[in-house]
Amino acid sequence: MTYVRDVGALARKDLLLELRARDTLPAMLLFVAAIFVVFHFALPGTPSKLETTGFLWVAILFTALLGLGRAFVPEREQRTMDGLVLAPCDRSAIWLAKSLATLAFLAAAEVVALPLYALFFHGLGGAAVAAVILADLGICAVGTFLGAMAVVTRARDLLLPLLFLPLAMPIVVGAVGATVVDSPGRYLGFLALYDLLFAVVCWASFEYVVAE
Amino acid sequence: MGRTRIPLPALAVSSVVLVTTALAFVFFVAPNDQSLGFSQRIFYFHVSIAFAAYACFICGAWQALRHLWKRDPRADLASYVCVHQGLIFGTMVLITGSIWAKVAWGRWWIWSEDELVLFLVLYLFYCAYFMLRFSVDPGPQRANLSAVYALFGVVLIPVSFSAIRLARAYFHPQVFTLHGPNFGGWILVTYCMAQAAMLVLAYTLYRLEIGGKRLDVRLRRLREALA
Repeated sequence: MTYVRDVGALARKDLLLELRARDTLPAMLLFVAAIFVVFHFALPGTPSKLETTGFLWVAILFTALLGLGRAFVPEREQRTMDGLVLAPCDRSAIWLAKSLATLAFLAAAEVVALPLYALFFHGLGGAAVAAVILADLGICAVGTFLGAMAVVTRARDLLLPLLFLPLAMPIVVGAVGATVVDSPGRYLGFLALYDLLFAVVCWASFEYVVAE
Repeated sequence: MGRTRIPLPALAVSSVVLVTTALAFVFFVAPNDQSLGFSQRIFYFHVSIAFAAYACFICGAWQALRHLWKRDPRADLASYVCVHQGLIFGTMVLITGSIWAKVAWGRWWIWSEDELVLFLVLYLFYCAYFMLRFSVDPGPQRANLSAVYALFGVVLIPVSFSAIRLARAYFHPQVFTLHGPNFGGWILVTYCMAQAAMLVLAYTLYRLEIGGKRLDVRLRRLREALA
């Protein structure tokens, strides 16, 4: 029970920070809108639904990367990471709380981005929304973990996309598959499996990322 | 530490002998493939190198686990060297696969070959491993980050593989089957020979590299002691 409370307190801190500073979310929203416009001009002619679906997932992935890159930056800038690690809670709670906060930002960005996509390109079905939810879980779980890794390196923000994109490939497969095929069950199941598998791995090994 | 290891010169000699024998088998003993002809022989090396690369990656993850579990400082170096060897073999997989794609399909890259695509993803993943490792100062933190990322790698291998298989359903409805060769007789012998040669070669290179790396560490310590 204390674990849940710890996670709640840590996540609330991140959300409060965002509410006051408004660093991440406006950037994500602006980015996703701008990238749709770029896509329109990058796709000659009248792009089919299949093509724009692929682009939607590229947009979601890159927007998520923008948020993930910022996730641990306040801790680094204000040198609060040591404090978090020393706090009397399980270290994995830090990862879980950060993932939840990033998930909240990503979901908020998508609440705007998906209708915008439907307006600009094509409408989305229920399976696509389910895929978005499942993919978000995986993106935030793995991405936050890798963000914590990248932030302690010299390369910092540069490293996160390099670490993240190979690991995100299965998410893209599951998500695009679920959006374009008629019976998306298999792909949604795959996404759920991915989420579960990597969440467990991240949860178990986060300790080693932050502690020496 | 206390284990007796095969001396490096013996390993080097046996890998030379094995690789030469495997080459001789591939070129002179194995029968020509009925549909792909002579060019199919590259497959003996392509597949055996791929398995050697997997073995390196899995070994690297195993050493990473040992590092995290037992805090064995030697395991970190061993894990790094394994991944390094895996990446070298992975490069060879991509090159041989590309040559084979050119001969078989007339193009240097073919997305419908699952194994090749998987290796491309793994290749990018493990290149990022090196970026990560060389972007952190040497010390326990670098060892931990590298170890955790190497562990992610072995989780990624089956996940990516199934993802690529799943992606087929919406990319390539027609399935390319590689004209299933009846895997027996000289084909099997040649393949096993090539596989043994590649595994021994990988192990020899691993021992060579880790020997050099350990010497570096000792030299640095001696210098620090003298300074």
